[in-house]
Amino acid sequence: MMSASRLTATIALALSTVAFGTGPALTQAGEVNLYSYRESKLLQPLIDAFNADTGIKVNVISASSGLDQRIKAEGENSPADVVMTVDIGRIDEMVQAGITQPIKSAEAEKIVPAQYRDPNGHWYGISMRARVFYVSKDRVKDTALTYDELADPKWKGKICSRSGQHIYNNALFAAYVAHYGEAKAEDWLRGVKANLAQKPSGGDRETARDVAAGKCDIGIGNTYYWALMMNKDADKKPWAEATRVVLPTFKDGGGTHVNLTGVLLAKHAPNRANGVKLIEWLLGEKAQKIYADSVYEYPIRAGVAVDPTIAGYGTLNADKLPIAEIAANRKTAAQLVNKTGFDN
Amino acid sequence: MTRKARGDVALIALALLTAAIVVLPVASIVGLALQPVPELWPELVNYVLPRTLRDTALLLAGVGAVTLTLGTATAWLIATHDFPGRALLAWLLPLPLAIPTYIAAYVYVDLFEPLGLVHQALTGLLPSSEAAALLPALRSLPGAVAVMGLVLYPYVYLSARTMFQMQGAEVAEAARTLGASRWVTFWRVSLPMARPALAVGLALALLETLNDIGASEYLGVNTFTASIFAIWLNHGSLPGAAQMACLALAVVAALVALEHYGSRGRAFSLSAENPQLAPRTRLAGAKGLAAAATCGLPVLFGFVLPLGFLAYQSLRRGLHTQVAGLAGSLTHTLIYAAIATSAALVLGLAVLTAQRWRPGTLTRAAAAVSFIGYALPGLVLALGLLAPLVAFDNAIGRLARGLGLSSPGLLLIGSGAAVTIAYVIRFLAVASGFFRAAYARIPLDYDDGARVTGAGQFTTMRRVHLPLLRPALWSAAIIVFVDCLKELPATLLLRPLNVETLATSIYQYASRGSFEDGALAALLIVAASMAPVIFLTRLADAPLKADSTEPAPQSAALPQALVSATR
Repeated sequence: MMSASRLTATIALALSTVAFGTGPALTQAGEVNLYSYRESKLLQPLIDAFNADTGIKVNVISASSGLDQRIKAEGENSPADVVMTVDIGRIDEMVQAGITQPIKSAEAEKIVPAQYRDPNGHWYGISMRARVFYVSKDRVKDTALTYDELADPKWKGKICSRSGQHIYNNALFAAYVAHYGEAKAEDWLRGVKANLAQKPSGGDRETARDVAAGKCDIGIGNTYYWALMMNKDADKKPWAEATRVVLPTFKDGGGTHVNLTGVLLAKHAPNRANGVKLIEWLLGEKAQKIYADSVYEYPIRAGVAVDPTIAGYGTLNADKLPIAEIAANRKTAAQLVNKTGFDN
Repeated sequence: MTRKARGDVALIALALLTAAIVVLPVASIVGLALQPVPELWPELVNYVLPRTLRDTALLLAGVGAVTLTLGTATAWLIATHDFPGRALLAWLLPLPLAIPTYIAAYVYVDLFEPLGLVHQALTGLLPSSEAAALLPALRSLPGAVAVMGLVLYPYVYLSARTMFQMQGAEVAEAARTLGASRWVTFWRVSLPMARPALAVGLALALLETLNDIGASEYLGVNTFTASIFAIWLNHGSLPGAAQMACLALAVVAALVALEHYGSRGRAFSLSAENPQLAPRTRLAGAKGLAAAATCGLPVLFGFVLPLGFLAYQSLRRGLHTQVAGLAGSLTHTLIYAAIATSAALVLGLAVLTAQRWRPGTLTRAAAAVSFIGYALPGLVLALGLLAPLVAFDNAIGRLARGLGLSSPGLLLIGSGAAVTIAYVIRFLAVASGFFRAAYARIPLDYDDGARVTGAGQFTTMRRVHLPLLRPALWSAAIIVFVDCLKELPATLLLRPLNVETLATSIYQYASRGSFEDGALAALLIVAASMAPVIFLTRLADAPLKADSTEPAPQSAALPQALVSATR
């Protein structure tokens, strides 16, 4: 066995390496710190291009939840400059936690439609995904469908979905509550639940697989998963090929439910100027094109072309509901999922 | 104060400091839970708890039965028998531990659901729909039990194996001499004697199941932990989530206390005269093959099959291009895991030894709370750690400014120290659980004997305890190290900027729906687990008693000499 003193010395050396050797210098000129719910690997093309354009180095941490709590705990010493989220709920959480500041960018105001930014300037949407239907090519002939008819008994045993508490479904159900009110939303969820072919499970990819395998005819999924399966994964391509994407709408005249990737500026951002620069750069034509192509999202900036696969779904008529209203109804949607036993 | 008394005080101080560090994140979660959330509980009681508690209880019962059966059977065979392939299986059996639970779930669903490889193979023989009807329904409670049981049984295997090895030879011999068959000896003697160790291994497997979120959500099981996160993220109620986490913690604490109470006075000590590993019975012919199959099947389904899938995907997808990018992740992972494992073992030993030498309210309490970090979901633990870590960092910052130095910034949370601390807090339970079970085996006479001869604490520890604790030490080391390698939720939230571990690299691919692209990172976790597992399995197999091939000849022989000297 290693002697105790040698063990101690080894531990001390390794600890100091970890403690002091790996952290980036946090407030140097020419850096910006990004806290992201978007996976850092997905952001790499953007980060490289930003660095090439501006010489500013981007340091990233990506996580799946809790970044608001981390920034809050770090307080005035937080290195966070820019926060990127991939869901309306997470944007709302950041603002509610009081850890953001107004971005105050005239340029961003010009680019981002009013619906997709905060009236007080705390956040801007940079891209969108839609929550849509993957329908069986063989068994479903409809080309126009509504979210409402997921509850129609004619689809009994024909619908597949992941958990109703997953953030993507939570936002869709919250949008339904915002459109029709809580009581109608409850009826609708009961109807959808009654039509499910199986207990909610898996992810959006498995939903496509279930439709392809004939377990159900309509699956609920996000726009980019289908494109990823079609273009980036030979093993899953048959699942995409057996299905078709329909952009559903709300029957009351609403459009297709979209969710946002958004950016916020941290309250104590040590590199505020670089943070604003990054946000404005992300809304530029070049970044919007890179992002749209690499992650198959809809760019927020008018005039930037969507990826051809996404364009193949048809023209997106995005729902006009203010994002803040969806965020405000998330809790009600989650309660209704519990009450209706959607996941049981 | 005498040298010995000073030694005891230092030990007690270290034990209490350890307990304090473990309690910190729990205290901040309790603090969060104190905010009233009046409208939450009626909703939970009416709509959530009935189904979630039922599903969680069924999942735990199922996984408990699978891990206990597989772990105990394989451990007993490996520890006390010789059969074809035993040496190979001895180090393969712990390895399912290296497969993250949610990855195992993805692999099984990918392979066995309709349109997967198995279905495609069957379609060659049968019409497609008939082939599909033969496939198991993996996204279900039984599916979750099977998948989780297959990768979690090593917790029981490693703890049970240690105990079967440490059961002095003559106990079994005595039973056999009295006419008990091998089965009766197993059921009536070996198994009851191994109970404290089985309880530790089972508790670890069950807590891992309870705190899992990825696999159970994917497989469609509504667990209590999933409800905690839904309350936090969708209801926007962190205090409500904290209350639920505290409730789970209280139930776990009560169960642990019950087990301790139930096993009081049941400590079976090693033979004082002749501590040695049990001799192994040779199984030949059909019995040998049956033993090999019993040990081989869990390895096949828990390890070889997922490993084969990951290797296949790595080749098929040309993932070798990721190697350069993963080198940094591998380095970080290994550094964090090595430091955390050493620290957890040292601190776990300190806590249990303090309780052994100076049993009192404080040292008992320290030992009792040492499991607590494992009883919370990893992400909840990380959330609870945020405030104490930053408070420490800010205190250092103020101190630096007071001394006229420039502020060092966020020292702990800005560096890998936060991740390492989280691992130690979480996995201390493994070390202390294994040491608790193993210490119960070592008669206190040994310590007294050593002291009578004038040996100090350190000498007693090094020359009496460590040689006898060795099987438990190495098993605990394997579990803690591998658990650190694959830890995900706390690492995600607490790591420094620009740092990835292997687990966070896999997750980056998995969370966008293509976990197969993380196959190479997963293989690296397996590879990093294999070296210590092989090495430590050999050490654990080495005879307890000194012999000519053992480099430290006098170590384990000491107690016997001491005990005889003091009689």
